[in-house]
Amino acid sequence: MCLAIPMKVEKIEGNPDDFTRNQIAVVNMNGISKEVRLDVVDRWPEIGDYVIVHAGFAIHSLDEEDAKKNIELIRELASHMPEEMLLSGDEQ
Amino acid sequence: MKHIDEYRDTTLVKPLVAELARSVTRPVRVMEVCGTHTMAIFRNGIRSVLPEKMEIVSGPGCPVCVTSASHMDAFITMSELPDVRVAVFGDLFRVPGSNGSLAQASSRGARIDIIYSPMDALDIARNNPGDMVVFLGVGFETTTPAIGATILAAQREQLDNFCVFSTHKVIPGPLEQLMQDPELKINALLCPGHVSAIIGAGAYQPFVDKFGLCCVVAGFEPADLLNGLILLARQVGDNHPRVENMYPRVVSWEGNRRALGMVEEIFEPADMEWRGLGILPLSGLAIREKYARFDAEKRLNISVPAAEEAKGCLCGQILKGKTTPPLCPLFDKRCTPANPIGPCMVSSEGTCAAYHKYGRDA
Amino acid sequence: MSDNTILLDHGSGGIASQDLISGLFLKHLDNPVLRTLEDCAVLDNQPGRLAFSTDSYVVDPIFFPGGDIGKLAVHGTINDLAMRGARPLCLSLGMILEEGMNIDDLEKIVISIGQASTDSHVPIVTGDTKVVPKGKGDKIFINTSGIGIVADEVSISSTNGQAGDAVILSGTMGDHGITIMTRRAGISMHGNLRSDTMPLHRMVALLLEQFPGKIHALRDPTRGGVATSLNEIAAGSKLSIIMEEELLPIRPEVRAACEILGLEPLFLANEGKCLAIVDGSRAEEILRLMRTTAEGREAAIIGRLVDGKSGRVLINTPVGGSRVVAPLHGEPLPRIC
Repeated sequence: MCLAIPMKVEKIEGNPDDFTRNQIAVVNMNGISKEVRLDVVDRWPEIGDYVIVHAGFAIHSLDEEDAKKNIELIRELASHMPEEMLLSGDEQ
Repeated sequence: MKHIDEYRDTTLVKPLVAELARSVTRPVRVMEVCGTHTMAIFRNGIRSVLPEKMEIVSGPGCPVCVTSASHMDAFITMSELPDVRVAVFGDLFRVPGSNGSLAQASSRGARIDIIYSPMDALDIARNNPGDMVVFLGVGFETTTPAIGATILAAQREQLDNFCVFSTHKVIPGPLEQLMQDPELKINALLCPGHVSAIIGAGAYQPFVDKFGLCCVVAGFEPADLLNGLILLARQVGDNHPRVENMYPRVVSWEGNRRALGMVEEIFEPADMEWRGLGILPLSGLAIREKYARFDAEKRLNISVPAAEEAKGCLCGQILKGKTTPPLCPLFDKRCTPANPIGPCMVSSEGTCAAYHKYGRDA
Repeated sequence: MSDNTILLDHGSGGIASQDLISGLFLKHLDNPVLRTLEDCAVLDNQPGRLAFSTDSYVVDPIFFPGGDIGKLAVHGTINDLAMRGARPLCLSLGMILEEGMNIDDLEKIVISIGQASTDSHVPIVTGDTKVVPKGKGDKIFINTSGIGIVADEVSISSTNGQAGDAVILSGTMGDHGITIMTRRAGISMHGNLRSDTMPLHRMVALLLEQFPGKIHALRDPTRGGVATSLNEIAAGSKLSIIMEEELLPIRPEVRAACEILGLEPLFLANEGKCLAIVDGSRAEEILRLMRTTAEGREAAIIGRLVDGKSGRVLINTPVGGSRVVAPLHGEPLPRIC
């Protein structure tokens, strides 16, 4: 379950330790912006970070390194050449 | 759309389809336990490119579909109380109880607000001090922290006309109970990406240890889904079940401790009824006594009618891949998309609904 | 208060009604036929067949980025006439107002109706206004009916699709539906979302003139969206339709809003777009012509009609797979899963 999408943080209100104040970020995707809550995000984001948004709450701050690793994992899988193709390549 | 478009790129996705075909060497029966996976698999037409030896069944992972008829009945009863208005996720609006849906209650004059975030329900409560605003809490681990945070926000504001009807459910425990069936016909689990963002990929280790299931956590874009299926096929092929996290941009091994802490603060484990599966022990979350004034069942003195056994419903077995919809005595007779009995018929892309709509070539 | 709000008296037929008609409606909608204020309009005879259509407008909110309920009411009925190849001649305008409605809002809507009618060269020739007690309506409901003329040689119908025909969509999809949805309470987001409300009769006239006999069917995919209209065309023409997901024109903002709310643009309403089912061998030329018009600047060929199961619509996905696109069941709602 659970539709959640990455949106870019443009503005932050509040701080991670003060639960008596609102913890809010303004996030953007393709020019559409929305206020989301930061109450349950795993890591307090910085401006420019991407957060995963579900039902108006950021549930995760993306780490650029992890994101890079993720797409590279998949690209590597996609570029995997089967042995028979490699062999026929050798013959040419 | 960064972190989305690169996973939809056809120059990446098409080779993955070819790689999937190469990776399936032995029969792979995958269960996905996530309504969003169900939808993503459907929308991307993944089933039409699956190798012959691979099959995907939709497990009990759509929180809306597994909301029981008796809970729907209680929601509807509540929506028709004087001075009550209910706030609800759009998914739940048309789900039938034993006697109609919230949509029908709305046509009779019940005040029902469809919202995107539970915080929107607080806005409604603030703007309508004369009404009791009840949020109908459905959802798994991804959603529960948000509801918990909303309850805390209501407490901070001392908002007295807001409460939550909690039918929240958890994934790993009930899934383990399903898997205990010795005749289980599943050998691979596509683990739900966003539930895992909260509970962590480590939560699936017991499924490897106890049941020898191959487990891969995957995201929702076409490249994510194919990547997940390829690794499941390889695990089955190598006969080396383990937990692999193929969604590291969102999921860690440990999960989101801040969110888990929020859930722990507000909720406690409770027995919960699941549509088609009956009452599963400790499979749900109830609001702790400390926050009783935000508990709709207590505030409005609502009791959930005793669960009526759906006699003959085979959803439990269909979910486990042990049987197919046409063999269920209720299928297309008492159980139809307009009057669904089990979860596989409630979801428009559930196994039974798909059989109903598209026939056997679903 | 009474100066600025609609009273039951405004629908009484007495002086208050007349004041509203001459002071507000006639002021903004004036033309020689309407000016007579007779019980009905009498129109000159025209060669060709008569086309006649009606539609009611109850949109909430009544003002939204890109338009308002009045503009929508003019464009909607003009487009319904155009979709059968008719040249729209004139419209009627029926209004049901809720007691207590703000008269300034009403005037804004009437001005907008006047502008849309002038810009489209389709006059309002007859009208009616009623007022219902507070709570019995929702600010304003509008009905427009329209009469048009179909030239003798023109035959446009959803049943006319042929195997091999191309499906052209005249621009981006979902703009109107997502704009309305995100304006409703509870689903707030900001960004450049605008209704696409627009009259299409001039573009249609141009296509019919330049490509006689090559335009087989036209539909404006309003409620239910492109998916539902294509299902109707496939069923009417007893053929299958195959769309290509990668060819669907969608504005980035609309795409993002749909991602956030879990909606599919294919099922969202459009108010200024048409689906044209055209001779496959001329599709590229027709597309080029369409793109020279303001209405069709972003037109795209999105699919084709093929022999196959009658009434079935499929879409080919970027993974190289395909899936069935069923018609919309009920109003699209935001989802969490």
